Amino acid sequence: MEDAIVLKYQVIDGEFQRAGEVSSDVKHKLKQMGVPANIVRKVAIAMYEGEVNMVIHANGGEITVEITPEQIKMILADVGPGIPDVEKAMTAGFSTASDATRNLGFGAGMGLPNMKKNTDSLDIETLLGEGTTITMIVKL
Amino acid sequence: MDRFFYHAVSLDKSLCKGCTTCLQRCPTGAIRIRDGKARITDELCISCGECIRVCPHHAKLADHDDIASMNDFVYRVALPAPSLYTQFHNLDDPNIVLNALISMGFDDVFEVSAAAELVSEASREYIEAHKDEIEGPFISTACPTIVRLISIKFPNLLPQLLPLNPPIEVAAELALKRAQEKTGLHRDKIGIFFISPCPSKVAYARDPLTVEHSQVDRVIAIKDVYPLLLAHMKAVSRTDYTEINESGKIGVSWGTRGGEAAGLLRDNYLAADGMEKVMKVLEDLEDQKFQELDFVELNACNGGCVGGVLTVENAYVAEARLKKLRKYMPVTVSRLQEDQRSVIPNTREVEYLPVFSLGSNMLESFARLNKAERIEKQLPGLDCGICGAPNCKALAEDIVKGEASENDCIHFLREKLHKVTSELETISKKLEDDPKAAENESMAVFREYFSAIKKDMSSLDKKSDEKRTNK
Repeated sequence: MEDAIVLKYQVIDGEFQRAGEVSSDVKHKLKQMGVPANIVRKVAIAMYEGEVNMVIHANGGEITVEITPEQIKMILADVGPGIPDVEKAMTAGFSTASDATRNLGFGAGMGLPNMKKNTDSLDIETLLGEGTTITMIVKL
Repeated sequence: MDRFFYHAVSLDKSLCKGCTTCLQRCPTGAIRIRDGKARITDELCISCGECIRVCPHHAKLADHDDIASMNDFVYRVALPAPSLYTQFHNLDDPNIVLNALISMGFDDVFEVSAAAELVSEASREYIEAHKDEIEGPFISTACPTIVRLISIKFPNLLPQLLPLNPPIEVAAELALKRAQEKTGLHRDKIGIFFISPCPSKVAYARDPLTVEHSQVDRVIAIKDVYPLLLAHMKAVSRTDYTEINESGKIGVSWGTRGGEAAGLLRDNYLAADGMEKVMKVLEDLEDQKFQELDFVELNACNGGCVGGVLTVENAYVAEARLKKLRKYMPVTVSRLQEDQRSVIPNTREVEYLPVFSLGSNMLESFARLNKAERIEKQLPGLDCGICGAPNCKALAEDIVKGEASENDCIHFLREKLHKVTSELETISKKLEDDPKAAENESMAVFREYFSAIKKDMSSLDKKSDEKRTNK
């Protein structure tokens, strides 16, 4: 099997304007690979939601994307506050975003649910005060 | 790919200097400089006109038909784009332009702005009836460049395209019907002429993505018609001309950004203009960022159609004139008649054309992408364009497709030559220290290096010669 294509991106805390950059780059690469449109769509949505989450809640962090002919693995690692109640965070509509964030149109509480909906697996490792690592896989 | 890709941009080779201006500005990365001249990759060109707009040497040309092509037909109908009305200083009545078109030699005029009012009405009905059936907003299909862009780069957005004909096609269909009823002539004898602000509409008429064949027979440029029209308008304005104008505020406003969206009479829309901003909106739409909107209007040109490269007037002046012109117009003049409804829906589904794929199948594409990623890391990341590709990433992709080589990068080549030189230095030191032992081995290595340097230098020379002969 071929080596994976590994892409690394830094996500900067509070930089709402830049949210979507990672998604856009990954999308373009998948299109260059000839990945079917519906899969590109799933990755794009999951990736964008993940990016926004890191910008809003996690003080930024690092995204690693590993592409192989079998799957796209997205690892979103941050050293943010951690998620106190993962089950609650997974509930559609639940959000801890600030009013300022909501005024920007974010924080509808659909981030994690949308990520789950659009991936084949989603794994959350979180430690309060230490950070969160979310691993999402979309199969090809 | 065996599909035929038409685009409406061509090159005057004698004027092209092989500079990197168009290369860097092409929104789809369709241009390469090869043999010192700008070359377009057909399947990537969306006829947006950006390269024509920025070329400092006027070497990029928009394909369009000559006014003389009026002679190809017995009965000629002019379809003026709404943007045409904005080109004239102090014009207070579109009837002057319309009558001038007739006095110029057209047998009839059908305003695209009148057709636009019908499309606005049909769009209002369609969006209201179907807005709950799709995820996200509907996307306008009026700008052919945008439809083309979505078909090659944003396949996920295809279901959101408003499945209605653009005003140009509705106007052509209705104008043709009127001409046939009036004259009884055979289709071939009737010429439908669109008077266009842009090459995008030329591409539409010759290779439309939303219908099998367009009823537009010829597309002539506003800039070509302009000087002729001026003279005829002067004459017309002194006469008691007839009132043939059939459009109001909604119709003529389609010529500028936000005009189409405003005609929907609902506020929940976004209207973007200019390729850079349009791309950003499409990326965001793909990430489902604007799910709450009903409609997205996208214009390839800054300011909307008034910003097209075949217009005469500055886009912002044109916009100001449009505001003045429409001030006392009725909101809408043309209303959709039952017998006109059949020409509104488009008849061809826009298909995804995966022209960005690096290989012929997913495995090959993956391997090439993987290799391109690694090559890109070796390149300097300056995106200078001297290699003939718009940026280092594109050069890496060209290399894996076998269309370029690493030595096309002069920075890479310079590094390589420095490395060779320093290795040669080491060997010559070795020779000084122990001449006998090193001699045989070193001479062989020397020869190898010299031949490598010679080869690299000649490829560099070839490059600069190409540049020079083009000056």
